[in-house]
Amino acid sequence: MAESHTRSAYGTARQAGGGRRSSRRPAALIFFGAVVAVVLFVWALAAAFEYVDGLVVADSHRVAETGEIVRTRFGGPLTTAEIVDYLPERLRFRPVSWLFWPLQFSLVRDAIAVTGLVGFVSVFTMYAIWWERKVAAHIQSRLGPMRVGGWHGWAQSLADKIKLLTKEDLVPAGADRILYRLAPYMAFTPVLLAFVALPFGTYWVLRNLDVALLFVLAMLGIEVIAVIVAGWASNNKWSLYGGMREASQMVAYESPMGLALLVPIMLAGTLNLAAIGDQQQAGFHMWVVFRNPFAAVAFVLYFVAALASCKRAPFDLPEAESELVAGFMTEYSGFRWGVFFFAEYTSMFVVSGLATTLFLGAWYSPLPAGWGEALAGGGVVARAAHGLLFSGPLWFIAKCVALVYVQIWLRWTLPRVRIDQVLYLFVQVLLPLGMVVLLGNTLWVFLVPEDGIVAVVANTLLCTAGVIVAAAFLGVAVVARARRYRLVGSLAVDHLPGA
Amino acid sequence: MAKLTDKMVEGQPDLLADLDAETLATDDLLTEEMLVNMGPQHPSTHGVLRILLRTDGEVVREATPHIGYLHRCAEKIGENVAPFQFIPTTDRLDYLAAMNNNQTFSVAVEQLVGIEVPERAVTIRILMAELNRIASHLVSLGAYGLDMGAFTPFLYAFRERERIMDLFEAACGARLTYSYITIGGVTMDLPDGFTDACREFLEYLEPKIHEYNQLLSYNQIFIKRAGGVGVISAADAIAWGLTGPCLRASGVRWDLRRCMPYEGYEQYDFEVPIGLPQGGEPPVPPGVPQPRVPRGVVVGDCWSRYFVRVIEMYWSVHLVRQALDRLRPGEHKAKLPRSLKLPVGEIYFEGENPRGQLGFLVIGDGSPVPSRVKVRGPSFNNLSITSHVCRDCLLADVPAIVGSIDIVMGEVDR
Repeated sequence: MAESHTRSAYGTARQAGGGRRSSRRPAALIFFGAVVAVVLFVWALAAAFEYVDGLVVADSHRVAETGEIVRTRFGGPLTTAEIVDYLPERLRFRPVSWLFWPLQFSLVRDAIAVTGLVGFVSVFTMYAIWWERKVAAHIQSRLGPMRVGGWHGWAQSLADKIKLLTKEDLVPAGADRILYRLAPYMAFTPVLLAFVALPFGTYWVLRNLDVALLFVLAMLGIEVIAVIVAGWASNNKWSLYGGMREASQMVAYESPMGLALLVPIMLAGTLNLAAIGDQQQAGFHMWVVFRNPFAAVAFVLYFVAALASCKRAPFDLPEAESELVAGFMTEYSGFRWGVFFFAEYTSMFVVSGLATTLFLGAWYSPLPAGWGEALAGGGVVARAAHGLLFSGPLWFIAKCVALVYVQIWLRWTLPRVRIDQVLYLFVQVLLPLGMVVLLGNTLWVFLVPEDGIVAVVANTLLCTAGVIVAAAFLGVAVVARARRYRLVGSLAVDHLPGA
Repeated sequence: MAKLTDKMVEGQPDLLADLDAETLATDDLLTEEMLVNMGPQHPSTHGVLRILLRTDGEVVREATPHIGYLHRCAEKIGENVAPFQFIPTTDRLDYLAAMNNNQTFSVAVEQLVGIEVPERAVTIRILMAELNRIASHLVSLGAYGLDMGAFTPFLYAFRERERIMDLFEAACGARLTYSYITIGGVTMDLPDGFTDACREFLEYLEPKIHEYNQLLSYNQIFIKRAGGVGVISAADAIAWGLTGPCLRASGVRWDLRRCMPYEGYEQYDFEVPIGLPQGGEPPVPPGVPQPRVPRGVVVGDCWSRYFVRVIEMYWSVHLVRQALDRLRPGEHKAKLPRSLKLPVGEIYFEGENPRGQLGFLVIGDGSPVPSRVKVRGPSFNNLSITSHVCRDCLLADVPAIVGSIDIVMGEVDR
């Protein structure tokens, strides 16, 4: 009983901090390979974006501009001559130019763009769910999904989706059948529609609306109705609570959110998201968030309200697990539940996209624009580097993903706020704060000259703060990774399958 | 209108009586009370507790706990088996503190029969009981974070508890229902290397407690949710028979290990933490960062109950260290006859469990099987105050209050 027993029971915990087993080497190789693969993939993507952006979309736009008045950028009217003559030439596919013949119909171009968008949203949400599980697991010193698909459970979300699709189609007795079935799609459709006006790049927008911001906000607002409908139609008291909470929460967060968004609008002078983005292209010091102190506060204000609008912790009251079982989702299962889940992650991307466009330099690289021009005129390698460092959609997605990560991170760190505290926070604290910020920003715009010493000093200080915050994130991540054995113990690192 | 009146609960005050015709015509201002079942399959009722809530919107007017879903006739089993055979049943009372249950029942029987327990056995018992207190408080801490919507501390607490489970497994082979402490001592001696592993674990755990304070205890949202919520006055706590951390959080310095020492607790150095008002500094063992009660906390609220457990973990670590120092070679169990005859007479013994005072009444009639075994479960008494505290609170406060009382249904229903 004595020695051998002892070692088997708790000896592993003592040894774990020490040597790595030799069987870890293949895992390290796989990891290295995956990193290389991801880098190559991103590079290829960047090159593709750069190519399409630089040669196709921008040029076609330019051509269109010389002709008639063209208000749309990606979709919308282009003449037959432009499509059939110009595109194949630019793409150097003259022998198969007949392939581009259908592109003259805007319906076809829209169909292609929408398909791309839906594909992107599906893949993004699927991987956002997988990623959230991995992040949560690593925060909690676990490993998360490790089995499905082989490498770190990359196919977990796919498998879950298939499982959800094959589950029994259940409508609770006494539920309002029509509304109950409708609610998930009422949640998902508006969020997807928001992508119509959300620009991924200067020319990467489906419809370049002049009221794009208003449109996106309206779509986010409609999503709330779906939650209320779901809560009501489920015929479950917990669901009803969830729906009612969402209703009252929406009343609270919408006004500070609107006030915070007025700040970038005032600075840009337009509601057109593409135009607002274009004003921030000269490098990261031009980002709205660094423009003046009030804009920086407005960004934080908007992000807090955005958390509430996505029903994310600490404002996840409509589905508060420990209080309302699952809130408005209590009675949902199978595919309909999955659609709600999809809607949640998609709206996370949309609010992050809004924050990126309005505050964080939209789709522009934080690097100085001068570098971009120098690289773009260089050789093959320089052009490839330009593709990676200055590709619009890639930067936009990267910034959005970073903000989505912050939402995930907060969710697994903070406790939940109580409903009266949510209302108090938004109505009595953040709403007055929003008014102060708006007033301050107004005064700033009128009183502080744009190139004056005050503006430059404020801009420099805010930029420095931003760089310090970003560096601190990276620093903490690197240090914590290096000291993970001491920080979390050996349990999660060594003793689970697949580690 | 007729529809609304029909639905009104019998015996309730007539909501419509005070309203004038104009208000009645609009119908908008009327609210209806709703009866909601929380549990027994609710994620935050800690097992199979069912709480019937009478709610008016988000406000809970009345919360009535309904129990009995986990009743397993533990006391009746006690009347049909010998005390040795009853030990595994005590494991299943408060299954998060099985060592403490074993210990209390063993001491009760030993006092009835008059058995002298060897010194080493007593020291091992205290060692195990205090380790289990840490394990139990860890679960309580983590689960309370979960009740508040903070998922992560739960996993951290279980990560630490896992190592205590490893230690227990090394000592007795079981990870939840140990039956390790038994009448006359402990079933087997500690394995080689246990002391070192235990010390190493304590070194690891102590800084972690400080980490939990920073992550959860001092989190502003957490303080807002738990501070000033579910306040139990000292008088109420005594009147409802509350014991353990729930009583001490209300400011009553009552701990059986200190007030009515058993198993030689009087020879150990430890303090009894109580609930303190904001700015208070609870006593902690030397070498530990001094905690301070934050703003917004009232004596006897949910946060105090939670924090008393956190401080108790520090003191349990201190106690385990002392027990390890006191560990001398020797017998681990008294010599006992195969069939232990209980004398005619009765004994009522209470021990300080993680959740409060666990009491065993054992009546012997000269045969090996007691004629009556009665269990006083601390969770049962502590739970009784729920309906008094959860009155006119918010729906979200109900899990906060029930979680802070920290019940284990195995002990409530027995």
